[in-house]
Amino acid sequence: MTIIEVKPTKPWAATPADRFRDIVILLGAIVASFLFVAATPMKGKLAYFFTFFFFYMCATAGYKLVTRGNMAARDALVSSVVSIGAVATLIPIISILATVVSKGVKGLHWSLFTTDMSLATPTDPIVAGGLLHAITGTITLVVLSLIISVPIGILTALYMTEIKGRLIGPIRFLVQAMSGVPSIVAGLFILSSVLYPITKAYSGFMGVLALSILMIPTIARTSEEVLNLIPNDLREAGVALGGTQWRTVAMIVLPAAKSGLVTAMILGVARIAGETAPLLLLTGGGDRVNPNPFDGPMGSLPYYIWKSFNAGSPEAITRAWAGLLVLVLLVLILFTAARMLGGKKK
Amino acid sequence: MSTEVSPALNITPRVISTQPRRSDKVFRGVVTAGGLSSLLILGLIALFLGWRGFDVMRTQGISFITSSDWSISTDDLGNVVESNFGLAAMLVGTILCALIAVVIALPISVFSALFLNFYAPNWLKRILVSTIDMMAAFPSILFGIWGFLVLMPSVEYWAKLLHKYLGFIPIFDIKVPVYTRSPFVAGVVLAIMIIPIITSVSREVFSQAPLDRIQAAYALGATRWAMIKAVVIPHGRSGVIGGAMLGLGRAMGETVAVFTVLNIVFQINWQMLLGAGGNVASLIILKFGDASPYEINALMGAGLVLFILTLIVNGIANQIVKRTGKSGR
Repeated sequence: MTIIEVKPTKPWAATPADRFRDIVILLGAIVASFLFVAATPMKGKLAYFFTFFFFYMCATAGYKLVTRGNMAARDALVSSVVSIGAVATLIPIISILATVVSKGVKGLHWSLFTTDMSLATPTDPIVAGGLLHAITGTITLVVLSLIISVPIGILTALYMTEIKGRLIGPIRFLVQAMSGVPSIVAGLFILSSVLYPITKAYSGFMGVLALSILMIPTIARTSEEVLNLIPNDLREAGVALGGTQWRTVAMIVLPAAKSGLVTAMILGVARIAGETAPLLLLTGGGDRVNPNPFDGPMGSLPYYIWKSFNAGSPEAITRAWAGLLVLVLLVLILFTAARMLGGKKK
Repeated sequence: MSTEVSPALNITPRVISTQPRRSDKVFRGVVTAGGLSSLLILGLIALFLGWRGFDVMRTQGISFITSSDWSISTDDLGNVVESNFGLAAMLVGTILCALIAVVIALPISVFSALFLNFYAPNWLKRILVSTIDMMAAFPSILFGIWGFLVLMPSVEYWAKLLHKYLGFIPIFDIKVPVYTRSPFVAGVVLAIMIIPIITSVSREVFSQAPLDRIQAAYALGATRWAMIKAVVIPHGRSGVIGGAMLGLGRAMGETVAVFTVLNIVFQINWQMLLGAGGNVASLIILKFGDASPYEINALMGAGLVLFILTLIVNGIANQIVKRTGKSGR
């Protein structure tokens, strides 16, 4: 009696022959696109891109048509088109990141973080002046906006998850509507309601008020999602132990949702850190480090970038890119932190 | 055996009240007040912009949104002699740019959402999703400067190609060959900005497609595309439309990015390749710097129009997306 030893196989996986065929089609399409572009008067990256996808699409669809028929060919065609969509989404992201890094690095130097622009103009050589006023300004604006919008945002979320009153539908609708308010409208609103009638002067705090309007809906919506994930058993347990609703929410629900709420705050900060339009209307954009948000114009990173970009000289543009690099790094760090905190929860 | 009565019988019935205690009343009051803050803020925005802009809107009447002349003349003392404020060109420009953006972004976003949900392997999906979400958090000034310095030369080249080969279609036709800073350029930049939004809404909607039907389609021998056509697209169609409208609302309200790449001209222009466009939000930034108090009131009125426009578009979009989530087609 012979014992047959069954070798484990993966019938669903691609065989070496399949892989070889895929690579041949891919390389063939690349070569064909190069030849086609060389032979015709077409030129440029776009031409390579299009001819490559055209040839690749034809090759895969043709192969499927021959081996597996009409339906399979159509399926292959759609697969290529759908992949083009994903690639087209990625191209701008990669281009933006590459440009910011390559152009911004030229404007980076150490005194950027220790001096402000009170003694320099954007068109001066890059080593003069720095970003200190912009960085401190942005930090001040962000921290004050957090202080205003975190309580309001979380209270709104608590209304939708804990109280569930009659107004839940309208409030959810309004929060969504509020997240669509254009930033310039928020700026104009503060201009008309606070700056002109009451303070009559540019200051950082005016910017904070406008940024809070933009930040509240982000925090409210993310917090609502997080609080909805807290199991109802926890709330019932809290009430069964004799706690009032207030104690249950404050001692059990909110601590349980802590990391999610931090994620909501970080996403809110990422939403407003680069917001430019309301700051142009409201903060006045000073060139000096201004520690008092209630008095005098206050600089910020977006304002600095805007001012340098509009100054137009090569030095000024380099300054703008350096500012953008700092701003993008800030947003990326915040975003990664939010991801990691949010990811741990699941 | 024993004569003692069971203790339970001696207890008087307990009063159970559903009345919240005082601490809970305070808590509920505070939370409700917080919840109503969004209503308060939105109401105040409409109120204050309307109050500031009322004067101008009353003197201009209907021509505030039908005329396209924006001029103000003052005498030596700075008094307003004559003023014309018309938003028509700006409104047309806003809608034109936003429509171009949605037309470009919608197919790309739907394809990437399909790719993420049904084609990409799991590891690739995770990376792509966080990359695209990250792009949604990029500051708009970054898109503006990148669009102006990096993207605009190529887009101008595409515009020339469009004009050369498709010029017989009226919308691609232009009389004067000026391609710089056209609505088309602004539309492409806006498209890149709203792709992440439409992609994430579509991805969400597609992922809610009922799994049993997907598997049933495969079991009947459908290819991946046949399955998508039969199950996913009917289920997600209206959600995708809602996502596109959310993108439209975002594109209409975008300020800084459009301002850097668009040439503002006070003339109604439907030719998308011509370097003359309009945009309400950019108008506000453009005129704000050296505006007289009276003109600022006109800008407030413009802000109110923009606010109402985006509110309507977003409201409809959210209703559509919400309805899709519930319907179990």
